[in-house]
Amino acid sequence: MIDAIEGSAAVARAVALCRPQVIAAYPITPQTHIVENLAQLIADGKLRCEMVSVESEFSAASVVLGAAASGARAYTASAAQGILLMTEVLYNIAGLRIPLVLTCANRAIGAPVSAWNDQQDSMAMRDAGWIQLYCADNQEAVDTTIQAYRIAERSELPVMVCMDGFTLTHTLEPIDLPTQEQVDSFLPPYRFKRALDPLSPITIGNLVTPEYYSEARYVHHHALLRARAEIAAADQDWARISGRTCGGLVSVDGPEDARVGILSIGSVMGTLYDARDEFPDLGAVKLIKLRSMRPFPAEELQGVCAGLSELIVLERALSPGGGGIVGAEVRAALCEMEPAPRIHNFAAGLGGRDMPLKIYPALLEAAKAPQATRFAILDVDLTKVAEEDR
Amino acid sequence: MTGLTEIRIDGRGGQGNVVAAYVLAQAGFEAGRFVQAFPSFGPERRGAPVAAFVRISDRPIRRRCQIRQPSYVIIQDASLLNVPGITQGVHPGGGILINSSRETEGLALPVGVKVKAVPATALAIQFLGQSIPNTALLAAFLTLTDLLPLEALQRVLSRRFEGEALERNLRLMREAAAQVSPGSWKDAGCDRCN
Repeated sequence: MIDAIEGSAAVARAVALCRPQVIAAYPITPQTHIVENLAQLIADGKLRCEMVSVESEFSAASVVLGAAASGARAYTASAAQGILLMTEVLYNIAGLRIPLVLTCANRAIGAPVSAWNDQQDSMAMRDAGWIQLYCADNQEAVDTTIQAYRIAERSELPVMVCMDGFTLTHTLEPIDLPTQEQVDSFLPPYRFKRALDPLSPITIGNLVTPEYYSEARYVHHHALLRARAEIAAADQDWARISGRTCGGLVSVDGPEDARVGILSIGSVMGTLYDARDEFPDLGAVKLIKLRSMRPFPAEELQGVCAGLSELIVLERALSPGGGGIVGAEVRAALCEMEPAPRIHNFAAGLGGRDMPLKIYPALLEAAKAPQATRFAILDVDLTKVAEEDR
Repeated sequence: MTGLTEIRIDGRGGQGNVVAAYVLAQAGFEAGRFVQAFPSFGPERRGAPVAAFVRISDRPIRRRCQIRQPSYVIIQDASLLNVPGITQGVHPGGGILINSSRETEGLALPVGVKVKAVPATALAIQFLGQSIPNTALLAAFLTLTDLLPLEALQRVLSRRFEGEALERNLRLMREAAAQVSPGSWKDAGCDRCN
């Protein structure tokens, strides 16, 4: 049923439709409304689930690790410093191949402290071995949450559903919430075949010597690469039930013959779609939505970028001293293409800075430079920066 | 984007301006329009000036940028008029609706925009016994602008309240609507690109 509801409330309802058995979370803005809503659903008797109150995000991640390891369908959510505090446990969850779903309500990382949105928190977890899916709107956040459980359980990998904090979590808009029957038909009860069982004891997470560590890493890496098929299939199968697709691993929108493309990730896609309509005189532009950051869809991206002469990568985080994070991956994925597009890499919208419609002409203008921009922060205002720091 | 109306609601933390924005958007949804509502992002403090935003459109709203030049501003608390810049950014030809028991003419406001004062808090105390101005402000706003039928607001109120509380809110809604001139701000909706 379509209703106008807040993104966080919608995600909480989507989680509840997946029938989780254990939820543990520690409140942090802008994630709080999601777990508040889940706590309310449990208190109202609408969701039968154990909610574990914990004293930190480290414990929240540890509780859901244990719950999922014992076979429960589990859920947690966090953001920013909370995600960082979970780091050690997140690596363990992934390495142990525990199926789990976590919502990251994307927020900037301190210092300097920022309560606002960018994607530095989840990008900092890029190498933790989790699947990472980014949502362009709240409908995608709902649908991706439901898909995430199936992907996690079939691939035995944890899935981080990344939704922009405030921009999505605190925004009310029309959202089609699926029925319980639809979700049940997509997501049957789960039985984790390696679940901890006192009647059949096993050890997990034990010491691995140099004789086997590389093989463990190989298996984990290849499980993530194989998960590409699972992500695409989950989106297609959910589309058959719901009538909606989230765009699989990476999707493209725009005229076939466009020579210019803008690739981005997360909720800024909506602004770019509207901006392209507002500035029709700026020529044909393909808008490329990267949904799966991990696994990174290198081959699919090559297909999507075929025929482009200019590709602008717009992202919401950076690796200081390196440059763009998404940009570097895109460049690596496309360098073998013949001919490969020129790649212009920009970060913008850091720490909650608004990305107005005018970012679209600014990006297209920047792509006309004789030398492609390796990396720059597009909306930096150097008049605010001390002379010696420019 | 044609058929797009953007609204800012200024209030103080704790006065329910995010609720007002959500209610207005839900009324738009009830009326079959596309809607989006969001608070000013970031940490908020009780009593500090805060803003919330609404977009109502004939077409799907995909943009996620801030609203810099709203067609309309609703000010929940007249003391905010002392905050520098509070009335800035209103689109020329747009309107500012203020919760104030003072006469509209006595308020210091920018020229070039329509202004109307409605004693929403006084009405709320009279009808609800509580100083919650949202119902009165939204009823007056929808009547002035003709943006959505009042029945759409009534349907949202019917989902949020029941029994005596609903009846009181509906009486308040009708009284506030009767205090403004219907449709007098009808053409201030400004289609443009921000």
